[in-house]
Amino acid sequence: MKIFSSEITPYKHYINRRKFIKSSLAAGLVLGTSTTIQANHSSNQNIYANQVDENDSLNSFEEITTYNNFYEFGMGKTDPSENSSNFNPKPWSINLEGLINNPQVLDLENLLQKIAIEDRVYRLRCVEAWSMVIPWQGFPLSELIKIADPLSSAKFIQFVTVFRPDEMPGQKRRLLPWPYVEGLRMDEAMHPLTILSTGLYGHDLLNQSGAPLRLVVPWKYGFKSIKSISSIRFVDKQPEATWSMLAPSEYGFYSNVNNFVDHPRWSQGTERRIGEFKRRKTLMFNGYEEEVSHLYSGMDLRKYY
Amino acid sequence: MISTQSFKKFKPLIFLAIIFPSLLWSYQFINGSLGVNPIEKLMDNMGKMALRLIVLTLFISSLSEFKNFRFFIEIRRMIGLFAFFYVSCHFLTYIVLDHFFDITFIFKDIIKRPFITFGFLSFVLLIPLVLTSPKKILKKIGYKVWKKIHYLIYSAAILSSVHFYMLVRANKIEPAIYIFLILVLLIYRLYYKIILPRLVR
Repeated sequence: MKIFSSEITPYKHYINRRKFIKSSLAAGLVLGTSTTIQANHSSNQNIYANQVDENDSLNSFEEITTYNNFYEFGMGKTDPSENSSNFNPKPWSINLEGLINNPQVLDLENLLQKIAIEDRVYRLRCVEAWSMVIPWQGFPLSELIKIADPLSSAKFIQFVTVFRPDEMPGQKRRLLPWPYVEGLRMDEAMHPLTILSTGLYGHDLLNQSGAPLRLVVPWKYGFKSIKSISSIRFVDKQPEATWSMLAPSEYGFYSNVNNFVDHPRWSQGTERRIGEFKRRKTLMFNGYEEEVSHLYSGMDLRKYY
Repeated sequence: MISTQSFKKFKPLIFLAIIFPSLLWSYQFINGSLGVNPIEKLMDNMGKMALRLIVLTLFISSLSEFKNFRFFIEIRRMIGLFAFFYVSCHFLTYIVLDHFFDITFIFKDIIKRPFITFGFLSFVLLIPLVLTSPKKILKKIGYKVWKKIHYLIYSAAILSSVHFYMLVRANKIEPAIYIFLILVLLIYRLYYKIILPRLVR
């Protein structure tokens, strides 16, 4: 495993905060112990071993950081790792706005002083029918929602990626309508699996992975997990989301991983796990069915895809 | 002006130049230097190369009508056969590497997904062109019939460029360029071969 030492610039006190979470989540996801383990910043895969599901193995740091969809840095899979060196994720602030009691501009560094960083090993399933297993570090989105203190009228959250065409060459071209936006329903956002990630493999996120702060919603297709978030808006109606705005018949607002709803371009029945030769069967809700299916009880997921 | 005879000397060089990418990519695939998702990369590379060669044959056809560029016709067959070679590599990558002979799935995929239907049809349409490419067969069936068969290249070209266009998620500029070039060449040909002769008459 390569360690890009030049790029390891941990947040202050990160080491002290970082600890394995005492599992409050369903078994199988986190088979954690209650021990607090001192973080080490190596990419030693063993420290994640107890979080990796039986049939999975971690993708390497190199795989995770050289094969990305992040159109802000270009359309090709290697563009984000090649074209993102001018992006400066520090300092970083996040606008909390909309239907909340505490609208504010949050300084990320300050926020991270107060919040415990956890390890989460999740499968990531791209709508393009490839997948990876990634050891993220981050904190539940619900923690930030508590800080924002939403009004009861806030039913959805919209996330906005930063717009910096000078640092993000893809934004100089109209590849997508900028800035990239995504959204979640409030109960999805509050779900304990939904995290805001600040790192992976013990590093701060590299620019191509959505530095310094990105969403990770493991039961939805990867494009829902919006990167480099600059604003979080609490709204009363289902907000716009970039891909579902561009091609509503292909990408729904929910975009849950669903092997029963086919995509015109990609079969969603199988996927290629990066690093493997034979395709795997795609699991309903990307294998998190037990934890999340209750969110959608009574909904026709063929209609709300 | 380059004579057909002197141009023939370059044929082996052109042959090597066109076959080289397929060898390079195969080597990189085995060597593990084709990126993190090598199957996808190999399939994309082969497909794009095939489409470029298809456009090139059309271009050669129209260009070689001009006196000064007549020598180009010498390499049209080779380019055309190479286009089929790359289409086959592209299709084989899909069958063997991407889906590992899951024929039921592939069959459903071809029927269900329009972009794959288009790609597959394009492959099928190229087969009669390959089968009638030897000079012997041309003599046997006669130039008129041969020519009619070989007009299939336009349908194959349109289908494969649309196949590419539909596959791409956002930036559709590259496939759009191919579609545009093919349409221009097709309209040019229709005008000179069908419309103009009637007007003159």
